[in-house]
Amino acid sequence: MAVIRDMMPAFQLFQPTTTDEALGLLDEYRERAWVLAGGLDSFDWLKDRVKRPAAVVDLGGIEALRAIRPAAGGLEIGAMTTLREVGRHADVRDRYGLLADAADLVASPQIRNQGTLGGNLTQDTRCWYYRDGWNCYRAGGTICYADTPTAMNREHCIIGASRCVAVNPSDTAPALVALDAEMEIQGGGGTRVVAAEDYFVGPDVDIMRMTVLEPGDLLTAVRLPETWAGARFYFEKSRDRQVWDFALASVASAVKIVNGTVEDVRIAVNGVAPTPLRLRASEDAVRGRQLTEEVAARAGEAAVQGVRPLHHNGFKVALLRNLVTRAVRGDEA
Amino acid sequence: MEDVRPVEDDCQAGHMQAAQAGHSRRNFIKGVIAAGASVSASSYVFKEGAVARAQAPGAVERLVTLTVNGRQRRVDVLPQETLATTLRYKLGLTGTKIGCDRSECGACTVLVDGVPQYSCSMLTHQVRGRALQTIEGLQAEDGTLHPIQQAVVDEQGFQCAFCMPGFVMNMVAMIDENPNPTRKEAAQFLSGNLCRCADYNKILNVALQGAEYTRRG
Repeated sequence: MAVIRDMMPAFQLFQPTTTDEALGLLDEYRERAWVLAGGLDSFDWLKDRVKRPAAVVDLGGIEALRAIRPAAGGLEIGAMTTLREVGRHADVRDRYGLLADAADLVASPQIRNQGTLGGNLTQDTRCWYYRDGWNCYRAGGTICYADTPTAMNREHCIIGASRCVAVNPSDTAPALVALDAEMEIQGGGGTRVVAAEDYFVGPDVDIMRMTVLEPGDLLTAVRLPETWAGARFYFEKSRDRQVWDFALASVASAVKIVNGTVEDVRIAVNGVAPTPLRLRASEDAVRGRQLTEEVAARAGEAAVQGVRPLHHNGFKVALLRNLVTRAVRGDEA
Repeated sequence: MEDVRPVEDDCQAGHMQAAQAGHSRRNFIKGVIAAGASVSASSYVFKEGAVARAQAPGAVERLVTLTVNGRQRRVDVLPQETLATTLRYKLGLTGTKIGCDRSECGACTVLVDGVPQYSCSMLTHQVRGRALQTIEGLQAEDGTLHPIQQAVVDEQGFQCAFCMPGFVMNMVAMIDENPNPTRKEAAQFLSGNLCRCADYNKILNVALQGAEYTRRG
């Protein structure tokens, strides 16, 4: 679809100042409502007329969603905190540098000034067939245009595809999975908390969503537990150009070393599967061992067991193996 | 729930505040007429369909007050209108360019409360009450150029210069945050702006020269 240079089609705009007001509006408009956080994902959809909500609920006026505060030994970050604020916040930098590093690598400086943590986590996939409005599985149709012999699928899945081969594009998501973060969700049924890993939904569960959010739900905060504060972190994002681009693959790891031995470890990747992925086999290859070259190589090998690359993305297999190896080795990113 | 009204009601509140702030009824009406005139003047810029859609139910135009370059500007703004559109086609501030209209080029960069942002990718209604600065607001009243602007002239920093206003606004934010950047730091700070002439070398000369002019005062 050509880029449309025109006003967006009309919608009603609501700018609530409390979470309850926002939830009331989402309940009223349900599927016809669109939640606006930073807007960087949203406006593409609206400008291209692929999505046509009746009501847009702008969360920008809800101060309560925009704070970083200590909570239960860890930190709680409001979903509307901008990526710039996350990347610069002293407590995030000091104790959860993994998340700060990930936030600092999102898109471009201006986008980080406006884009929010909640939006980065909840954004839709970047598969261009889907985003251009093709009637694919994810859009409710009966085909995946990215998984045909002639499809351009260099950026797509190598693990865990189920009909749809699109990947999750978030940079902060693997960092939060590696930090054992929790997502606080508010909706009609009250408040619930899910583990970061369980926040994301693959096409095998529901092919038309990226997260567990239902119409009427809001991601309100991210909680970082004390568990991984100050661990040895590694984040690397591999992309074609060093600004704006989404990850071809990214890796986030947290390692606790006691007396030269790995006491515990988390390794998560993104850009290779429909959801950010925790690599338990790679973690098992490392836990209880010393961080030698051989252990790092074994973790990298474990990461690529069972991969199924598409026509144009075989390079992601080597990329994933190397990223995980480097993360375990703790190379300079 | 009853406290949350669609934006048009908020705007009404905004104009009442403006009226209470001492604007005469005559000035207020003049403002409405001027805004109306700019709307019709801009309609040929948009495709025909946009005008029809603009009149659809739920998209009622209302007056809001924006703070642009230190001045209060009253303007009719649609709920779905981007800041870049309002600046260019309602307020006549055409220094701000619309390149990609998709947060991918940086030509539309303006400062919102001093922070560089893509004006193509935010709604005008999201910046009510914020201090906006555009390229038109850099020059002093007596015509003295901003140090960054002077550096552009002295360094012949741009080729076609379509991307220039966005780059310059980002440089203004940069020297505010880092008055003495290295070339690498400047490149990093300015990485959200594209130049299709690929004149980056000279653009970075401008950034460093502008920073030096600013330090010298």
